[in-house]
Amino acid sequence: MAQLNTAAPGVDAGLARQLLSQMMLIRRFEEKAAESYALGKIGGFLHLYIGEEAVAVGASSVLRPDDYAISAYREHGHCLAKGSDPRRVMAELFGRRDGLCHGKGGSMHLFDKTTNFLGGHAIVGAHLPLAAGVAFAIKYRGGDQVIVCYFGDGAVAQGEFHESMNLAALWKLPVVYICENNRYAMGTSIERALAQTEIWRFGHAYGIPGEAVDGMDVLAVREAVGRAVDRTRREQEPTLLEARTYRFRGHSMRDPAGAIYRTKEEVEHEKQRDPILLFRTRCLQEGWLTEADVKAVEKDVNDLIDEAVAFADASPEPPLEWLLTDIYKEG
Amino acid sequence: MAVMTYREALNVALREEMQRDPRVFILGEEVGLYDGAYKVTQGLLKEFGPKRVVDTPICESGFTGIGIGAAMVGLRPVVEMMTFNFSILALDQIINSAAKMYYMSGGQFNIPIVIRGPGGPAHQLAAQHSQSMESYFYHVPGLKVVRPTTPADAKGLLKSAIRDDNPVVFIEAETLYPVKGEVPDDPDFTIPLGQAIVRREGRDVTVVAYVGMMYRAMEVAAELDTEGLSVEVVDPRTLRPMDTETIIGSVRKTHRAVVVEAGAGFAGMGSEIAAFITEQAFDDLDAPVERVTGANAPMPYARNLERAKTPSNERIAEAIRKVCSANGR
Ligand SMILES: Cc1ncc(C[n+]2csc(CCOP(=O)(O)OP(=O)(O)O)c2C)c(N)n1
Ligand SMILES: [Mg+2]
Repeated sequence: MAQLNTAAPGVDAGLARQLLSQMMLIRRFEEKAAESYALGKIGGFLHLYIGEEAVAVGASSVLRPDDYAISAYREHGHCLAKGSDPRRVMAELFGRRDGLCHGKGGSMHLFDKTTNFLGGHAIVGAHLPLAAGVAFAIKYRGGDQVIVCYFGDGAVAQGEFHESMNLAALWKLPVVYICENNRYAMGTSIERALAQTEIWRFGHAYGIPGEAVDGMDVLAVREAVGRAVDRTRREQEPTLLEARTYRFRGHSMRDPAGAIYRTKEEVEHEKQRDPILLFRTRCLQEGWLTEADVKAVEKDVNDLIDEAVAFADASPEPPLEWLLTDIYKEG
Repeated sequence: MAVMTYREALNVALREEMQRDPRVFILGEEVGLYDGAYKVTQGLLKEFGPKRVVDTPICESGFTGIGIGAAMVGLRPVVEMMTFNFSILALDQIINSAAKMYYMSGGQFNIPIVIRGPGGPAHQLAAQHSQSMESYFYHVPGLKVVRPTTPADAKGLLKSAIRDDNPVVFIEAETLYPVKGEVPDDPDFTIPLGQAIVRREGRDVTVVAYVGMMYRAMEVAAELDTEGLSVEVVDPRTLRPMDTETIIGSVRKTHRAVVVEAGAGFAGMGSEIAAFITEQAFDDLDAPVERVTGANAPMPYARNLERAKTPSNERIAEAIRKVCSANGR
């Protein structure tokens, strides 16, 4: 069984519980989403974050509430970790009135103004310039927030990745780019897509500092993103982090096994490094949490997600008139 | 009232809106130090400094995305496309990000951005630099699309576009930059988006035309006046949302309509205008709506071919005579 032994200064029972419970919440949320998809309650594309939870949770744990986050379409975890109400996120997946976006966005377009979560963008690469623009606005106003921008390894081949790196570095914009390198863009492995598979190294050419971090180790992510956020906030300059992670499920529910383009052995091997199992073991070893604590966290999380599903189920469909609202802002 | 060029009117609009609202800034290629590829932003860097007049490298998708991101959190960017031909590189950002964000987010994030620059046929710039781009945008719910014809419209509509809370695609006419006209001095002068204007009143036929084609329609109308044909010219000014009421009102009066557009005709602006006239005023029509459009070809370079690509006064006149002779006027 794989183990974690990153240094963990400043970790106490409270923080350990918070990190574990958020990762478990996202995992449970995704499992229930998959179940609801199978029941036909969720439609369209559904991309699960299972296996990658440590990235969103570790990163969000060092953000201030007034910092921003933006992501692609595999964003349930990022949105929840930034603080959105799981009930409203689930209702959005169900396409219901009480969803974050009143059912108009769906799984790929979660937005939450109250947590500064800026979406949910489903055109690969397109939200990287948006993140730079938010950072531009922060700087324009003289604020000291940062924006964290999550994107997949697939986006690195897009021109907009390179345009954004160049502009963010050129104009010294306070954005932390976090590439969630799960080694596949749908069925295309990074070896088949990228001339440089150590993605953080792309920062070199643009003078953007960066590093790779074990994306299965929530404390390592927390530490690396913490440093990046501090630096970006202080220096008003971008950072590029590469979180090495793995998705345990297929690309979406239409690729349930994700088995054609990768071997079973590979998947099984990676599952040994399940970020939740790893951290849970660590918590017990370090004495941050007891078995009973973990059980309690698990129960709380399960209850919360059951409640989220019940809430989504109970929420009505959006009224038909809403088809034609929110197209133009009046006045 | 001052007499100024279309270009100067745009410049004044930008300056006044930047003075009025510190959230307004300009972003684009050569807008600052170079004073604008077409000099629309002339002097603004000097007056407002590099924080608010931002020169970008050549990356339309990247800097348009930056504008949209900044607009998401409350700034009011004016993004210049050096020419609208290059907006194709930013089409994804404009359509998939700017136009849809308000809707996708269930009303949480509106995008107050203006994307402006010259477009339409120019002089011998050939296929990639001389084309009517509005059709790429007016199809998209969530966008507003403006094509200003006169200097006064250029000023009044640009000011409204900047104050609007939605993404506005503002396509100026490259060939009209030097055209002069009277422009109100009042810094509070604006022209609401979505309001057409009757440029010339007439009894016999309604001609709908904007930017360069509007001027041609006016020339033709004056000519036909001497033949005893009374032509009303309506300029929509904003293509989306379109003031269908003014156009329909005019058609109900004249019972005949001709739509002129510089762009290729297939599924063009004329198709849409002809369709809603037919839907809403069929019983008032004495003849089918006639379209005069650019040829269904890319823009050629050669002077004679270029002339043949865009509707001429002769073709406009011919269409007007045709609808007026149908079913006995
Ligand atoms: C511009 C664009 N091209 C293609 C797609 C289809 N598509 C959706 S997800 C995806 C793979 C992206 O992979 P990656 O960025 O690594 O993210 P991951 O799914 O691994 O989280 C592709 C090709 C798209 N959404 N946008
Ligand atoms: Mg990937």
